[in-house]
Amino acid sequence: MLDPSGGCTHAIAIVIGGLPIVVRCSNPAFIQMLAHRYAGFVSSSIDGSIQLEIDIGDAVPIALGTDAALEVHRINGRWIMQRGDFRAEWDPVARCGRVRQGLQPYAIDGVLRIIHSLELAKSGGFLMHSASVVRNGRAFLFGGISGAGKTTIARLAPPDVTILTDEISYVRRNGEGYNAFGTPFAGELGIAGEPIAAPIAALYLLAKGIDNRTCLMAPGLAASRLLRNILFFAQDDDLVKKLFDTACEFISRVPVYELTFRPDAEVWSLIQ
Amino acid sequence: MSEKYIKPSRDTAARMLDGEMVVISVRDSTVYSLNLTATAIWNGADGYTSLREIVSQKVVPEFEVDANVAYQDALDLVAELEREGILLVADHPISEEGI
Repeated sequence: MLDPSGGCTHAIAIVIGGLPIVVRCSNPAFIQMLAHRYAGFVSSSIDGSIQLEIDIGDAVPIALGTDAALEVHRINGRWIMQRGDFRAEWDPVARCGRVRQGLQPYAIDGVLRIIHSLELAKSGGFLMHSASVVRNGRAFLFGGISGAGKTTIARLAPPDVTILTDEISYVRRNGEGYNAFGTPFAGELGIAGEPIAAPIAALYLLAKGIDNRTCLMAPGLAASRLLRNILFFAQDDDLVKKLFDTACEFISRVPVYELTFRPDAEVWSLIQ
Repeated sequence: MSEKYIKPSRDTAARMLDGEMVVISVRDSTVYSLNLTATAIWNGADGYTSLREIVSQKVVPEFEVDANVAYQDALDLVAELEREGILLVADHPISEEGI
């Protein structure tokens, strides 16, 4: 079993979607860097059920960077994650893991996304490539791949709209519906979302056009498009089946529209 | 003419959504939406009931179509779903273990 504390003397708890992940490292500069990067998502308590030990080392081939292909696979119940800039192990039963990386924040950011996506998958939630916002107490998601307009729609938001993220939405089951949570995972907007949550009223899948209009999507097409936008890192049959069930469940409870829009603030008259 | 027997591949998961059967291929995460007649055939694909029986019991009465025409259409459909790797098709009943 991985040792959750490992003698690391500095720690920080990063809370996303109500789930605290305690990150421990012997390098205070690293913890300080995380405190700055995840400001708004840091808890004053370092109690948390998930523990990550960070080993800052030069042996990691940092030069390959975040563009190198991510590999995630399960061996004997433990998840092994590897990218150019990190190597990590995660034990989902003991809920602890170890990351070997350089002194930069991008690797741990990737590891946090993977662990959250794996944890969410267990409870019928998911991370999704989408912007999300809160308006009048209800959350709206705007999904699409890179270039679809997630950041554009967030930039055009009127003042009464609170941005949860312009890049990666956090979706968790809540009774008969779903909640969206703010995340620190920013896209081109370059700013973290607000650390709040709200029930999801609709998912809009973005398409750029010459006018603004919405069209309710048929379930099969909605499932296909939703699955294309859900983050899942591992080619694991059981996980794919679980995410398919999750996507179908989501579609049966939340209306999914295609939102064709031109890049001006008028589009927000459709989002109420 | 030999009978055909059909059964969903193990590499699939399926779910009924708003009257429409949605199927995913676990191998490549491709999602398929089946129309009403294809959904009726999919629902009858237990590996033991012949395709001709499925068509006569679930398609002909429900959609009021000619039995021979419906069966020919069903043969085309199952051949396509077999090519996509989401349906097993055999000339004999298909057990739990597959073909």
